[in-house]
Amino acid sequence: MSEIIKLSRRELIKAGILVGGGLVLACHIPGGLRQALAAGTTPFAPNAFLRIGSDGTITVIVNKSEMGQGVYTSLPMLIAEELECDWQQVRVQPSPVAPEYDHVTFGNIMATGGSTSVRTEWERLSKAGAAAREMLIEAAAKDWKVKPSACQAKNSVVHGPGGKHLNYGELAEQAALLPVPKEPKLKKSKKHTLLGKPIKRLDSPAKINGTAIFGIDVDAPGMLTAVIARPPVFGGTVKSFDAKKALAVAGVREVVAVDAGVAVVADGFWPAQKGRGLLEIVWDEGQWASINTPAMREEYAKLAATPGAKAYSSGDAAAELDKADRKFTAEYEVPYLAHAPMEPLNCFVDLKPDSGLVRTGSQFQTVDRAAAAGVAGLQPEQVTFETTFLGGGFGRRACPASDFIIEAAQVAKAVKKPVKVIRTREDDMRAGFYRPMWYDRINACLDKQGRPLAWQHTIVGQSIAAGTSFENAMVKDGIDSTSVEGAADLPYAIPNVLVDLHTTKNGVPVLWWRSVGHSHTAFVVESFLDELAHATGQDPYKYRRSLLAKHPRHLQVLETVAQKAGWGKPLPAGVGRGIAVHESFGSFVAQVAEVSMTDKDQVQVKRVVCAIDCGKIVNPDTITAQMEGAIIFGLSAALYGAITLKNGQVEQGNFDGYPLVQMDDAPKIEVHIVKSNEPPGGVGEPGVPPLAPAMANALFAVSGARVRSLPITPDQVRAAMGKA
Amino acid sequence: MITFQVNGISHSVDLEADTPLLWVLRDHLKLTGTKFGCGEGLCGACTVLIDGQPQRSCQTSLAEMQDKKVTTIEGVPVSHPLKKAWLTEEVSQCGYCQPGQIMNAAGLMTSKPHPTDADIDNAMSGNLCRCGTYGRIRKAIHVASQQEGEKS
Repeated sequence: MSEIIKLSRRELIKAGILVGGGLVLACHIPGGLRQALAAGTTPFAPNAFLRIGSDGTITVIVNKSEMGQGVYTSLPMLIAEELECDWQQVRVQPSPVAPEYDHVTFGNIMATGGSTSVRTEWERLSKAGAAAREMLIEAAAKDWKVKPSACQAKNSVVHGPGGKHLNYGELAEQAALLPVPKEPKLKKSKKHTLLGKPIKRLDSPAKINGTAIFGIDVDAPGMLTAVIARPPVFGGTVKSFDAKKALAVAGVREVVAVDAGVAVVADGFWPAQKGRGLLEIVWDEGQWASINTPAMREEYAKLAATPGAKAYSSGDAAAELDKADRKFTAEYEVPYLAHAPMEPLNCFVDLKPDSGLVRTGSQFQTVDRAAAAGVAGLQPEQVTFETTFLGGGFGRRACPASDFIIEAAQVAKAVKKPVKVIRTREDDMRAGFYRPMWYDRINACLDKQGRPLAWQHTIVGQSIAAGTSFENAMVKDGIDSTSVEGAADLPYAIPNVLVDLHTTKNGVPVLWWRSVGHSHTAFVVESFLDELAHATGQDPYKYRRSLLAKHPRHLQVLETVAQKAGWGKPLPAGVGRGIAVHESFGSFVAQVAEVSMTDKDQVQVKRVVCAIDCGKIVNPDTITAQMEGAIIFGLSAALYGAITLKNGQVEQGNFDGYPLVQMDDAPKIEVHIVKSNEPPGGVGEPGVPPLAPAMANALFAVSGARVRSLPITPDQVRAAMGKA
Repeated sequence: MITFQVNGISHSVDLEADTPLLWVLRDHLKLTGTKFGCGEGLCGACTVLIDGQPQRSCQTSLAEMQDKKVTTIEGVPVSHPLKKAWLTEEVSQCGYCQPGQIMNAAGLMTSKPHPTDADIDNAMSGNLCRCGTYGRIRKAIHVASQQEGEKS
């Protein structure tokens, strides 16, 4: 090991000289950083996240994808806090794919997801920054022949006795010669100057100037653009096609068959799109051409009335329910949902006989690189994978099937030229990998005080992990943990609980969608709890409180949100309040929604108050922004979101059929961050789950309509109110 | 051959007349700040100013562009009150829709230098943001409307 470290240090110096005599912490690769990283043969050191130039520039190499959640700012803040550097000097560079950049807890892959970036990188990046600080101080101390303890680092300058000072740029070369401390001393949180402050995002300027490069913006000399004609149903394949008319379109170069369909390759998007419209294709529709959402729903409903595989059990819920005089039963359902990132999926691939280049917005770089390499017949290490900005991810760009990568690699392989495949909105919307459709049934009985005595929850839906490389890690004894998360780990004091699961199978590809299983379980659990509160004449807020005595973090966000929202205070006529609280991804979020209805029975959410406890925080403004965004994301689903199938075909294609919340129906949102010294929790996803139940509960409060199906459309409201 | 101005520079473009302005800008003039989101005029990501009016460039064909003056996000100076406000209010998340949002807001502020919330709802509701930055966009437009500064 020491041999490797010594060698590394020598290489470090070499690389330092190459980049202008700077300190290159752990990116000590001779012969040009990019080439060497692409080749993947050079040994790496533990901290691959930081470079300091002799001009004082601090480059933080970020191994997480920036999809709006702010990692290009929050992760550099973790390093900069310990480094004691001038924040104005900090630059960000996306990391290549290499083992050093693998996810800390997901195994050997580089990945962004599960609201884990800050949680899992906090220690590693803090230490990377602290180690560099100690080396810079030591370099100055050596120069001045004083003890390091007589020196202090601040704002990219090391200060020594007698007013001596050297800046980080001046020290970088000497610091590079020193050993990397293995256990650098981290600052006490009291001394933090960046963490906890609303630091401006480093990626904002590029995003308002048109200079931020998303996957769809990637260009290269000789690049062609392709669109793919895709089968009308999942699992369909091309039987035969006639490309004559397509090839006659000016600018169309080639038409090639790939697994995904028929690709029209052209000088730009427009000729490709025009050519696609002129293709004549005979499809083999395969085995899923008869899927209909209503029939699927019926099948799910039948399953929900039968016992499934046990996911969680405490006490004896069945026995208590058998004995009960009065039982409460309700069924809930939620549809398939598309992620619909504003940037439709796309991917650039350039393949050479012994190398490849992929440039795209991905959350799953290692998986996607291997997929591209597999198509090309290359080793993964021969493929350079460059992560662009992501025009939204929400889980869609973390696809174990690498669907949008593989198709681009196949087109590039066929045409032997650099190619960018672009999906239209309709391609994107109809390509599957949806949040699964779920059907839930709950039975409960109460004790004499009206508290839940037994709670039996049956969940029906597809497994996200089954059949993927994540199955072994995520599916245990037939239970996909993401199918039952948020249901099998109830915080409420209920002595007898049984949660069981029916895992269904069909041809609709499913995937994690911002907040994953919680996106449905919170709706079910928090709606049903509300029903129990009302059924026993209790205040829904106080009812929850009474059941959360052993869960102080739930309690605190619940109490905070109730107080900030003015729970219990009078509201204008026609406005109702609903409340929900949910833990997910290591964070605790409670929301109060204020809801009214139009005379056409359309639900309107006027105001949402949100409280979050996500433990120790990095950037409070990012947390606020993520809560705001999650509430709008959740609201789009709760009001409008549904992907449905008729004869195997997805009925929605664009934003007319799959509407999103827009400016005029966006509620006023207030976010309160609860002070906490607990370990950091996730931020990107936990704001989504409570919104739908808070809204549904508010609708009940104002109208008496208990809607148990999302989205909550005027028809649902009328049906729940018994109106025709 | 169609001749028109983009950000003050004249371009003569020889492409199929039905090519949407969006793809002329992106693929031909390499101005990729204008984004493709839906291709149907439903999301606003492709919004540019044509002769000062916000238009969906995916719904505007090259044939309509003779002698027109186009402003894209690249042509709006960084000192523009909207761009400044977008930074002070930290509007952007993924950022993909924001060029279209800013161009649409620029059109609004030309017709209504001090828009009310209702004006903003009315003008901005066709511009979708999947990250849900609407509250900050609203605030940024109000902030920009109170600023003095150079305008495009």
